[in-house]
Amino acid sequence: MTNLRIESLSKTFGTFTALDEVSLEIPTGKFVCLLGPSGCGKTTLLRVIAGLETPSGGHIFVNGEEQTKVPTHKRGMGMVFQSLALFPHLDVAGNISYPLAIRGADRAERERRAEELLELVRLPGMGARRIDQLSGGQRQRVAIARGLAIDPKVFLLDEPLSALDAGLREHMQIELRQIQQSLGVTTIVVTHDQKEALTMADLVIVMKDGVIQQAGAPMEIYRNPANPFVAGFIGTTNLLQCEIRDGAIEVLGARLPVAEGDRIGVAQGRAQLSVRPEHVAIGPPGGEIEAEIIFLRDLGESRHLLLQVGGQEINAQLSPEMHGAYRPGERVSLSFRPGERVVVA
Amino acid sequence: MSADTDQRATPGWIGLWPALMLVVFFLVPFGIMLAVSVSQRDPAGAFIPGFELTHYARFLTAFFAKVMGVSVGVSLAAAAICVVLAFPFTVFLSSMSHRIQTLALVVLLSVLSLSEVIVGFSLSTLLSKTAGISNLFYWLGLIDAPVAYTPSLFALITGLCYIGFPFAVLVLYPPVSRLDPEIIEAARVMGASGPRAFFGVVVPNLRSAIVGAFILVFVFTLGSYLLPQLLGRSEDWTLSVHITDQAIYQSNLPFAAAMSIFLMLVALALVGLASLAGRQRGAA
Repeated sequence: MTNLRIESLSKTFGTFTALDEVSLEIPTGKFVCLLGPSGCGKTTLLRVIAGLETPSGGHIFVNGEEQTKVPTHKRGMGMVFQSLALFPHLDVAGNISYPLAIRGADRAERERRAEELLELVRLPGMGARRIDQLSGGQRQRVAIARGLAIDPKVFLLDEPLSALDAGLREHMQIELRQIQQSLGVTTIVVTHDQKEALTMADLVIVMKDGVIQQAGAPMEIYRNPANPFVAGFIGTTNLLQCEIRDGAIEVLGARLPVAEGDRIGVAQGRAQLSVRPEHVAIGPPGGEIEAEIIFLRDLGESRHLLLQVGGQEINAQLSPEMHGAYRPGERVSLSFRPGERVVVA
Repeated sequence: MSADTDQRATPGWIGLWPALMLVVFFLVPFGIMLAVSVSQRDPAGAFIPGFELTHYARFLTAFFAKVMGVSVGVSLAAAAICVVLAFPFTVFLSSMSHRIQTLALVVLLSVLSLSEVIVGFSLSTLLSKTAGISNLFYWLGLIDAPVAYTPSLFALITGLCYIGFPFAVLVLYPPVSRLDPEIIEAARVMGASGPRAFFGVVVPNLRSAIVGAFILVFVFTLGSYLLPQLLGRSEDWTLSVHITDQAIYQSNLPFAAAMSIFLMLVALALVGLASLAGRQRGAA
C-alpha cells in the first residue's frame, strides 16, 4: 500500500529552484533516506511534506488523501529536527507528551505513553529529568520518542544524527532502524552521509539540484548507479573516461571485452567507467594496464593503494589474498574485475 | 598554588573599585536620606538633626496611601502595556532581515535619546484641543468637536509607554533573537496552531526575559516625576511628583526622604515578587 505519494512537486525560493518536479511513491512501513549534498533540496522536500514550506507546484497525498493545502498542525506527522528543538521549559516527559497534551489527552494517559516511549528509546524512568541534564545521545532519543508519540502517519527526520560523534552516530543508526522496524512506521530521513543511508534504509533516494537522480534499494544503487554522480556519491569509486565500441570497453589504452554481469548503460560511444576500489586487482608488471604505486595506506582491516596510470589516479583496495609487500614507486599491472564494471553516460 | 592564584585573569582587588564607588555614591547617600527622614523639619528650608517618626506617621494616611496606589498602579499598567506591545513586536522583528532589524533598533535607540521633557510637551501638544489629533478626527467626521485628551490618565500612560517601550524591546531582543526557530516549527508539526505554539512554547521559553522587561519598565516609570505633571491631572500625580513637591516647593526634606524610602521598599518588594514568580515557573 502506498503511504506517501508526491506528484511533480516544485519549490522555488526567488530564482533558486530547490525542488524541480519531484515525483515519488513510498510504500507503508518503509525506511527511506533522502540522500544528497547540501543544497540538493532534500531538506526542502522534507519540510514541504511536513507542511513547513508551501510548494510552488505539485501535490502531496498521504494514505490517498491530498495534503498539499492542509496546515502543518493538522497533518499528524512526527518530526525530529536537526537542532532537535526540544523544549527547554518542559521536562523529558513533558516534551514527549507535548503532542498528546495538544490533543487533549489526560494526565494519566500522557504519563503512561511517555514512559512507554522512554522504554522504547531505552531511557526508562528518565521522565522527570530536565533537558539540560541530558547528554547528546539522550536528547536524541527524547527527540525520537517525541516524534513518535502520536503514532505519526509519516515520521520525518532532518539530519537527526549529525550532531553526534562518529561512534555514537553509528550506534544510533542501528537503534533508529530497530525502532522503526518494531513500529512499522513509514520513516523519511534526510542525510548527506551515504554510509548512514546504506545502514538504515529500505529505499535510498539520491537527489542533486532539486532533482531525484535515482531511487532504489541501497545495494541496487550501490551496484547499479544510474549516472556518474550517483556512482561517485554512494561509496567510493573510480570514475574513468572510456569508450564503448563493438562490445568492449576501451579505457586507459586497454580494450576490455564486456563480461557477464558488467552493467553497461551505454550502447556505443564515449561514457564513464565506474569501478569500486575493491574491484581493482593488482598483479605483477606486464599486464594490459601498467600503473605506478603512489601511496600505500594500511588501515589494519584493509590495505589501500593509490595508483597512477598516465596522469589518472586510481584507488584500489587489496583483498586479503593479495596482501603482498608493495612499496611506493613500484610498478604493477592492474585489472578491473569482470562482472563488476559499471559504465554510465 | 599561590602562583596559580596570581595567574587569574582578573585580580580580586579590581573589585574594590566598584565596591568603593557603590559605598560612596549609593550607600552613603542612602544613609544620609535615612537620617534626614527621621530628622525634624525646619520650615526655613533645611532640617534639624534628631530622631522622630512623625514623617512616617504622616505618610500612613488615606491620602498618601491613595497616592502610593496611583503610583504603583500607573507603573504596573505602563509596564504591562509595554511588555504586551514589545513582546510580539520583538518576535516579529527578529524574523525580519538583518538590515531591517538594525534599522528598527537604531530608531528605538534614537527615541531613548529624547528627554522626558520633549516627549511630555510633544504629547501634550498632540493630545491638546487646539492643535491635537482630535482636530483630525473632527475633520474626518468621527467626532462633533475637537476635544482635549490631556491632561488625563490616558495621556500619562501613553507618555510612560512611549518612554518604556524601547527599553522593553532592548531587554527582550537578545533572548528573542537567540530562540531556536525550529522550536516553534516543532510545536507546529506536533499539532499546535499558531497562537497555541506562541503561548505554549515561545512565551514560556522567554519568561525570564519578559519578567526582566516588565521589572525594568516598572522601576523606570515609578521614578518618573515630569510626565505626571505634564500629562496627568492632579489626582494622577504619582508619589515621585509629591516627593519633588515636598522636597523643593514645601521645603519639607524629612517628609520627602520618608516617602522616598517607602517608595523604594514597595518597589523592591514588587520586583522581588516578580522575579520570584519568573523563577518558580521557569524551574517547574
